[in-house]
Amino acid sequence: MLYSKKVMEHFSKPQNVGLIEDADGRGIVGNPVCGDTMEITIKVKDDKIEDIKFRTFGCASAIATSSMTTVMAKGKTLVEGLAMTRDDVANELQGLPSHKMHCSNLAVDALHKAIEDYQKKKNEK
Amino acid sequence: MSEVRRVYMDNSATTPVDPEVKEEMMRFFSEEYGNASQMYSLGQNANVALILARERVASLIGAKSTNEIIFNSGGTEGDNTALKGIVLNRKNEKKHLITSEIEHPAILNTSKYLEKSGIKVTYLPVDEFGLVSLEDLKNAITKETALVSIMHANNEIGTIEPIKEMAEITHDAGAVFHTDAVQTVGKIPVDVEELGVDLLSISSHKLYGPKGVGVLYKKQGTRLEPLMHGGGHEKGFRSGTENISGIVGLGKAAELAEKHLPQEQAKLTKMRDKLIDQFLKVKDTRLNGHRTKRLPHNANISFKYVEGEAMILRLDAQGIYASTGSACSTKKLSASHVLLAIGLRPEIAHGSLRLTLGRWTTDDDIDYTLKVVPEVVKDLREMSAYRKDTEEFVMSLKDEGHDDH
Repeated sequence: MLYSKKVMEHFSKPQNVGLIEDADGRGIVGNPVCGDTMEITIKVKDDKIEDIKFRTFGCASAIATSSMTTVMAKGKTLVEGLAMTRDDVANELQGLPSHKMHCSNLAVDALHKAIEDYQKKKNEK
Repeated sequence: MSEVRRVYMDNSATTPVDPEVKEEMMRFFSEEYGNASQMYSLGQNANVALILARERVASLIGAKSTNEIIFNSGGTEGDNTALKGIVLNRKNEKKHLITSEIEHPAILNTSKYLEKSGIKVTYLPVDEFGLVSLEDLKNAITKETALVSIMHANNEIGTIEPIKEMAEITHDAGAVFHTDAVQTVGKIPVDVEELGVDLLSISSHKLYGPKGVGVLYKKQGTRLEPLMHGGGHEKGFRSGTENISGIVGLGKAAELAEKHLPQEQAKLTKMRDKLIDQFLKVKDTRLNGHRTKRLPHNANISFKYVEGEAMILRLDAQGIYASTGSACSTKKLSASHVLLAIGLRPEIAHGSLRLTLGRWTTDDDIDYTLKVVPEVVKDLREMSAYRKDTEEFVMSLKDEGHDDH
């Protein structure tokens, strides 16, 4: 199999799928090379990611990294969330094929954008 | 644990070996193992098997003489031999080759290789259905053209090209015509005389024969340089001790194909049409390829907002084996050159699903596929970030992508 057991687990049964309707922050990113698109919405309480959901248009790896990103980010502080990297996600998934590494990049980028979106809105208030 | 159902829907990638083919092959491994070039009886038994296989293939494609059948290792070798063999033979007179944008990599990469050694190559475009235009061929062909190579039917979208007309145009200009018929031989009637081709590639494993064997049909009198030099097998056009068991298998597969073709073509066409008609009822889908000028066993559908690799792996989990032209399924991360050539945007090519039926596809398989595929599509669409309301965002990505090149 091309993918690790962990990737297949998250691809087959992705966690936190969907959209938070009254989200505090939203991030959407896409990869112009492969066309994959990822959207993350978060709910924030006391500077912590209280709830997080994702939607992804992409391959098995893109879906698995999105799912894993949400699992890892849930309950983390915003600072911790911003510190998460693509390697963290890939490692947690027991690795990704080299040409699929950019997929994990996307999910973390969407998370960072969602957090920045929340902070921007908060500062505007 | 209940057994997962297995539904093989990838017969254009390869086919299972027909049990009758396998049975006929078995004798030629450890019993009739002779070298067909030897005079003694063991060698001559192999030679007789070779003659019979040649007759069976010649009969399937309507070749005038068994001398026109050159056994080789498969479609890739046939395509390589046709292109390099013709171009090398005429390199002092003619330095132009014409092919199409939707050919198999065996043709496209051989053409690119020849370009490096000073051959000019024209890649003809195709229309939205994948058809090469006769006018384009007429405009591209010159006295400098050594060879025109256009596939009989496309492996991804199933479109059947107007080979007979193109062969005529080619001959009028004094060039040689080759067709890669890997997808058509055994699936639709192929008669080399009626098509008027000079060279034609066949692969055994696409017609229920073993892998690693094929044929290059070469019309008598067509001058060609061999790729393999050696003991002068296959009339000097393909040296190397013959793969007797493989050739016997291909011969039997050809005989069975000729016998079964009319019923199989009718059965598969019916199944294909049911698949296409039902899939097109799903929202936001499109058929890739031509509706009627189409291989009887090919259905290629794009499901918008869904990515192909995810679809393939979800189907695999339900026992359905199919393929996609999605970028994500390749290491290069570029969408299928065929789907891009018919004008699909990359994100639509992303969601393509190719189902190719075969000899043992049943009505139950079709019903099961028609039940499972829409469920998988629905599920993936529900989790997709590409939707009507994010369409503008996704489109803007593609534009950046083009700038990247």
